[in-house]
Amino acid sequence: MTFKSVIGAATALTLVAGSAALAETITIATVNNGDMIRMQGYTDDFTAKTGHTVEWVTLEENVLRQRVTTDISTKGGAFDIMTIGMYETPIWGGNGWLVALDDLSADYDAGDILPAMAGGLSHDGTLYAAPFYGESSMVMYRTDLMEKAGLEMPAAPSWSFIAKAAREMTDRDAGINGICLRGKAGWGEGGAFITAMSNSFGARWFDEDWNAQFDTREWSDTLNFFVNMMSDSGPAGYATNGFNENLSLFQQGKCGMWIDATVAASFVTNPKDSTVADSVGFALAPDNGMGVRSNWLWAWALAIPAGTQNVAAAKQFIEWATSKDYIELVAANEGWANVPPGARTSLYENANYKDVPFAQMTLDSILSADPNNSTVDPSPYVGVQFAAIPEFAGIATEVSQEFSAVYAGQQSVEDALKKAQALTNDAMEAAGYR
Amino acid sequence: MARAVTPRRRLINTILAWSIGLLIFFPILWTILTSFKPEGQAIADPPLFLFFDWTLENYAIVQERSNYARYLTNSIIISVGSTLLGILVAVPAAWSMAFVPSKRTKNILMWMLSTKMLPAVGVLYPIYILFIKMSLLDSRLGLVIVIMLINLPIIIWMLYTYFKEIPAPILEAARMDGASLRNEILYVLTPMAIPGIASTILLNIILAWNEAFWTLNLTAAKAGPLTAFIASYSSPEGLFFAKLSAASTMAIAPILILGWFSQKQLVRGLTFGAVK
Repeated sequence: MTFKSVIGAATALTLVAGSAALAETITIATVNNGDMIRMQGYTDDFTAKTGHTVEWVTLEENVLRQRVTTDISTKGGAFDIMTIGMYETPIWGGNGWLVALDDLSADYDAGDILPAMAGGLSHDGTLYAAPFYGESSMVMYRTDLMEKAGLEMPAAPSWSFIAKAAREMTDRDAGINGICLRGKAGWGEGGAFITAMSNSFGARWFDEDWNAQFDTREWSDTLNFFVNMMSDSGPAGYATNGFNENLSLFQQGKCGMWIDATVAASFVTNPKDSTVADSVGFALAPDNGMGVRSNWLWAWALAIPAGTQNVAAAKQFIEWATSKDYIELVAANEGWANVPPGARTSLYENANYKDVPFAQMTLDSILSADPNNSTVDPSPYVGVQFAAIPEFAGIATEVSQEFSAVYAGQQSVEDALKKAQALTNDAMEAAGYR
Repeated sequence: MARAVTPRRRLINTILAWSIGLLIFFPILWTILTSFKPEGQAIADPPLFLFFDWTLENYAIVQERSNYARYLTNSIIISVGSTLLGILVAVPAAWSMAFVPSKRTKNILMWMLSTKMLPAVGVLYPIYILFIKMSLLDSRLGLVIVIMLINLPIIIWMLYTYFKEIPAPILEAARMDGASLRNEILYVLTPMAIPGIASTILLNIILAWNEAFWTLNLTAAKAGPLTAFIASYSSPEGLFFAKLSAASTMAIAPILILGWFSQKQLVRGLTFGAVK
């Protein structure tokens, strides 16, 4: 053996030992959504590129929220990366609970992140979470039923058109409901929908002094319109319907229209699960001619809790999972319809992605939502279907319970709004806003 | 003299008992059936009972995605460990309350039971912080201790009720023969209370197996038992009912089999024990 080969072998051994020593195991808490599960399947690609291994903790959304909130607020350090949304990110970033993502590599191209997403995942201009996928909401409708009703869906419909179309499409004998919407209690379920809808009616949660606004005509108009439309054209028991229940109804051909998350488009157009896959059209969420549409804005994003020991490896993972290369990887293996949508501008400039039927409408919906100016009259909060303050989740859950009681016929619109007004003002006073 | 049961009444009782039994078992049966359906048929309306495209695909996907063996091992260690540790603490406690009661014994028993009325979430933060300080987060040892403490009142109550059935003179006789306290509990009391202890162990293993609040909140990637396994298949955005059902079936199968083989002891535990 020559001296050169000995040196070579020693160098190789040192490099192997070195890379093994640098390899970390990172723990990631995430939700059980299709795109997240798909990402777990590609973890080997990340490990092959970096040497780091990944442990996944997958939980249902509400359990995840409770779990990661407990951990981050106590600095538990159980997770190196957390999957969080637009509601938590600015609050936690402001609390100093998250590692700022302001030093991502040049290759990553942070400037390519859709501005609406970057804005919603930042605090004071600093990005605290990288969007894995983003969504807005839009109208998904049955083209065949619309045609049968003799109507044509505009690209940007109004609420009055939607109500009229819903009535025309309803055929109780055939089990078809003109429209399916969320009525389920919960701030992220029915609460998110009615809040986004109320924006287009000129309503808002708070005035600029943080006074509740449920005693206004705008809220009364919103809730009465919703209840009347659902009574005329909605499915029985809609008070307990959330995303999954409506998805199930739509896929089985029992809804003429469904206004919900843009991410549902890939489900309803998938012939494997949907019986109406070949007759689905898309339109922007409705408005009322007041300059604000009723679509929301949301992103599931990856963030690093302050205090984790594996910041460098965690950042590497985030750069990998939310990169352009990851999108290419999924497209190459599973087709462009299955790539995580709504996060990067370049995706919507990609000629291949433009062929996906819901791509443009998803982008248009995302771009038409502005978390900083979500209401007709000025409001003191950031967020479209939520107000990004820590107290909101608790208050909105209670308010949505009152609204669900209206949908179930247990109380009147007036009673529900009175209760919502009182409980919101009480909570805001207790929290020191008023 | 026992009252005679007419054949007609026996038939009615049998039909009624089977109907109630099937009604209670139906959600489990439905979960098992759904686990063999394709996702599209899992949400069919009207629901498909037996005539669907039977498939094992969901089980294959669940096996591929999750490390079932690790979750199962954690469940066994946590449920058996917490129950045995609980028995170790509860036998002397129940002995003292049954055979040398003080005037405050009843109050202590009631106080112990009242701790079960506290909503678990009320003490989540203190316990979470304790776990961080003691490096018990995401550890099986931590869960064994917490679940033992949660179930301890029930274990003590059940054993106390069993011990009260044992005649005190037998223990006195052992003492007069020179048995130490340790020998009295180990060689006289315990053998006589074996059926009661067995029922208590079985019931508490089931309670510990199904415990979901603490097992979800105090674990991450390492110590999660089968409750965490099921939770990972619940989705608010996407219909994965068939996979969720497959995961649920795999999680409940071991405890269902244990319950089936030990139903006599369980019934005895429930009817003769704490609720007597």
